[in-house]
Amino acid sequence: MKLFEFEAKKILQDYGVRVPKSGVATSPEEAETITREIGRPVALKSQILVSGRGKAGGIRFAADAAGAKQVAAELLGSTIKGCPVTSLLVEEKLDMVEQFYASIAVDRQARAYVVLASTSGGVDIEELAQTSPDKIARHWVDPTIGFSEREAIDMVGRLNTSQDDATKFASIIGTLYKVTMDYDAELAEINPLAKTPSGEFMAADARIIVDDNALFRHPEFADRSSVRVEDTPREAKAREQKLAYVDLDGDIGIIGNGAGLVMATLDLVHVFGGKPANFLDVGGGGSVDITKRGLLLVMSKPEVKAVLVNILGGITRCDIVAQALIEALNESSVKKPIAVRMMGTNEAEGNQMLHQAGIDSYPNMEKAIEEILKL
Amino acid sequence: MSIIIGDGSKVVVQGITGNEGRFHTASMLRYGTKVVAGVTPGKGGQEVEGVPVYNTVAEAVGNHGVDTSIMFVPARFAQRAVTEAIDAGIKTLVVITEGIPQRDAIEFVTEANKRGNVIIVGPNTPGVINPLRRIKVGIMPDHVFSPGSVGIASRSGTLTYEITWHISQAGMGQSTCVGLGGDPIVGLDFVRVLEMFRDDEETKGVVLIGEIGGNAEELAAQYISEVGYPKPVVAYIAGRLAPPGKRMGHAGAIIMGKTGTASSKIEAFTKAGVPVAEKPSDIPKLLKA
Repeated sequence: MKLFEFEAKKILQDYGVRVPKSGVATSPEEAETITREIGRPVALKSQILVSGRGKAGGIRFAADAAGAKQVAAELLGSTIKGCPVTSLLVEEKLDMVEQFYASIAVDRQARAYVVLASTSGGVDIEELAQTSPDKIARHWVDPTIGFSEREAIDMVGRLNTSQDDATKFASIIGTLYKVTMDYDAELAEINPLAKTPSGEFMAADARIIVDDNALFRHPEFADRSSVRVEDTPREAKAREQKLAYVDLDGDIGIIGNGAGLVMATLDLVHVFGGKPANFLDVGGGGSVDITKRGLLLVMSKPEVKAVLVNILGGITRCDIVAQALIEALNESSVKKPIAVRMMGTNEAEGNQMLHQAGIDSYPNMEKAIEEILKL
Repeated sequence: MSIIIGDGSKVVVQGITGNEGRFHTASMLRYGTKVVAGVTPGKGGQEVEGVPVYNTVAEAVGNHGVDTSIMFVPARFAQRAVTEAIDAGIKTLVVITEGIPQRDAIEFVTEANKRGNVIIVGPNTPGVINPLRRIKVGIMPDHVFSPGSVGIASRSGTLTYEITWHISQAGMGQSTCVGLGGDPIVGLDFVRVLEMFRDDEETKGVVLIGEIGGNAEELAAQYISEVGYPKPVVAYIAGRLAPPGKRMGHAGAIIMGKTGTASSKIEAFTKAGVPVAEKPSDIPKLLKA
């Protein structure tokens, strides 16, 4: 779950990292008030969860309260990189003499957290890694030992900084690691980490992504974990119903059990010249309830012309799935053609039930796709 | 010789008294697996499918000499259960549990790697099956598997059954099929399993079933070309149509920035001389070629 910049900064601030003076505005008037309180020129930053918002015009500046009100009026309600802007972080505009970079991320291949630090902040770290790898210090954390200030100092020592900067930088990296652990972050990043004319380090921008699987340890996010701004309305509805659903832009609805199988089904529909309308994995266990909700959700998408159901019964019993599909079709107010591929445990019973209900079923995935594309 | 599991494997089921634990204990026993003990804290003294239940893994090891564990423990208790098993001397752990926090997985995989001789399969894996010896330490429907010489390593469950079914239908059987798991952090990866299949005389060819997310497939391709892998390898990659930034069912199936796309994986395999099937049904053809 991605946190907003203002949420990430609040956490960092709680841990003692300095952040610019700021407030969150959802109206031009609020932006005006916050700017007046700050009493200095401000940056107005769209609170959206896609990267590259600066280049896309999502960050603007204003010299005074009146200017902030006007800029806020323009930004609020606009769409940046496909994301509607509903709130702004109105923040004291920083004077930066230098920009640094710090992040902690999960390195899947190393099965470890990797700490990255650089004296060239403010740019895309992936690009920097390509162009000037020598400007990045890395450290893979042994989780059985942890990450101490000592390691942070060693890391920063490999970069070209003054003693004073190194101490402050290392301390912030150490804090960022603590935040990563405490919040089960899969990414915690400060970019840029600004150095002000007075020599202070401040988090000018921050990103935190909390591991979805660890949300049970974080009741503080209980209110917002079921609602993700990056979700489409249908994805949001699916998340509420605990369905693994992703919207796509085609017209063939897709339901299957198991993530890999559903992805392969999408790919195969494409190979056969069709366009999938969605991804929906009803899970290896495939209960009646989930399958039913899933079919109703996919059927209700206006763009969907026909639905393909691909079930490979292992733990999932085909007769159970058949029953769920029949119940869902009876309940659905919209009727759309459906083709079912069912194979595995209790396949004969399941296919018999579908046949009696007048639903076409096929033992083979490619055959089912060919049939659905004819409809 | 076989890989990961073998004739000598004595299996303990952690979380045996839950629904899944019971169901799959019965299924593993039917297939031929030596499931000799179960563990559920506080349920010691009971029996499940004739298998004695203990409170701790240590008791199961002490009484039955178990060396392999399969886990159906809920995600929030999984780390404790894995650590308990490692400490009790279990050498092969198959972690079926889905939804384990990445931090926990990082910690227990590191712990296992430090011991040097402990293998963790998963988390979020369907497990391991050896059709030649009729041993399964997993939850897969065993009827799609048949004995033979194709080794399979996969990040998926049902897609593996789909592809295995095609392979079996084409008259080719399997030596061992390993589910690596759908999570971002897993113990065994493609490279490790390729190394094992290389030294396994029962395996004559290898199928790798990958998907979007991470770079395990790219590293496998690199390994194959660097060592001049001695056995034929073919691959399938799921998720060509997956949009970036969206989790496709598996916690690990997500394209982040430029990392983890299907095209990057397909390109890497193609460069390494590994044919990539466009359709699951093409795999047997590529294996025969």
